[in-house]
Amino acid sequence: MAGLSFLERLKAGEILVADGATGTNLQARGLPTGTPTEAWLFDRPDEVVRLEREFVQAGADIILTNTFGGTAVKLQGHGWGERMAEVNRRAVELARQAVGDADVFVAGSIGPTGQLLKPMGSMEPEEAEAQFAAQARVLAEAGVDFLVIETQFDLGEATAAVKGVRSVCSLPLVVSFSYDRGTRTMMGVRPQKMAQEMSALDVDVLGINCGRSLDDNLSALQELAASARLPIWFKPNAGLPKLDEENRPIYDVTPEMMGAYTNTWIAEGARIVGGCCGTTPQHLQAIATVVKNR
Amino acid sequence: MEEVLKEIFQSIIDGDQKLTPQKVQEALDAGLEPGYILNEGMVAAMSEVGRLFEEGEYFVPEMLIAARAMQAGLAVLKPKMVEANIQSIGKVVAGTVKGDLHDIGKNLVCMMLEGAAFEIIDLGSDVPPEKFVEAVEKNGANIVAMSALLTTTMPNMKTTIEALKAAGLRGKVKVMVGGAPLTAKYAEEIGADGYAPDASRAVALAKDLVS
Repeated sequence: MAGLSFLERLKAGEILVADGATGTNLQARGLPTGTPTEAWLFDRPDEVVRLEREFVQAGADIILTNTFGGTAVKLQGHGWGERMAEVNRRAVELARQAVGDADVFVAGSIGPTGQLLKPMGSMEPEEAEAQFAAQARVLAEAGVDFLVIETQFDLGEATAAVKGVRSVCSLPLVVSFSYDRGTRTMMGVRPQKMAQEMSALDVDVLGINCGRSLDDNLSALQELAASARLPIWFKPNAGLPKLDEENRPIYDVTPEMMGAYTNTWIAEGARIVGGCCGTTPQHLQAIATVVKNR
Repeated sequence: MEEVLKEIFQSIIDGDQKLTPQKVQEALDAGLEPGYILNEGMVAAMSEVGRLFEEGEYFVPEMLIAARAMQAGLAVLKPKMVEANIQSIGKVVAGTVKGDLHDIGKNLVCMMLEGAAFEIIDLGSDVPPEKFVEAVEKNGANIVAMSALLTTTMPNMKTTIEALKAAGLRGKVKVMVGGAPLTAKYAEEIGADGYAPDASRAVALAKDLVS
């Protein structure tokens, strides 16, 4: 369905494949854990493009930009606050380069600021909103097809993110939460509550990403599907990591296991499927094969 | 148990920042010993909050709100504890190590330790080894609690332990560590005395270390 927009393809009933992990794959290729993945936009752009290209070859319809930690406040944790615009522009450029002529969308990834909002933390909601707006403006101007606010855990921060995005652009918007305490986020938010609050905002797709085990994520998907009227985006982790001797994370879910779950995800209501942490191009290929052979 | 202690306990569980100090004042006015109020009312409540968190009943907001109610109560109790010469069960110097700005986890640990009747000297985040050493010396701390959220900053825990050794303090102070990328094995390797995976279990560990 070449030429149709993201929302048009969803509306036509198509199941789309999103990409796999950025962070854990770049780490496996030599990015030191703890170094932001955005650092490789400049230090190893070849590796960023190679990974994204491997996802395209594996069957992804959507590539997310390497901008998960791309708000200025988050980048400032590594002393990069002033490079926010440069980082986000560069990531879109590299993703476009990786996608080339393929009929694949480039979606701008927007992750949490890393701060808790008042009264739990010290950040004012208005400040969070401004942070998200600034990142979204750069991503939109650099030409992403749509935006994904992901790995959210707090309704307040996610609301600030949506408002920030909507203050600068009208691109299609996915909002995705991480249920890392099973079917609750670390702040205790349930999928049902998330669906209720986020659907009241100007959002096009609701999602689940990251989280805990495949079974926990499946339970979260069932809860979300029971209350969501919008299409569902689903990018679970390839299971929970264990650490090896060198403290490197090992994900023990195989590509075959991810592939075996894919039809269940779709049957339970997922319209866009992919993987988060631990999902290699091989995992994604297993998912895409199931989707394309339906 | 006195009704007012049950009310203190409940007000902390509920995270009621107004009611907790009122009830603590009531308990003091009724002539209850500060140490008794602290242990039976407040520490017991925070230990219940820790249990609820571990069981998935409570999440970060409930834990933070309860800890703040406890702190509001403690503000009323502290002067009386000083008068009565009640010692804390241990002094903890806490901080996120050099190069690391993450403080959500460290703050939770500090609050839970305070709720367990430890005295906390919170050095904040991005704390260089010499600051830990200085704070241990100045306060006569029993425990150093370090947090790191990045694998790149984890080695600074070891550097801090070396600095404590060099200052001749390692024999006087226990070291506990925590943070997402850490493991018990890593803690052992760098010569720490213990590792805790979350704020609730950090309390159990700290109690163990001072006992």
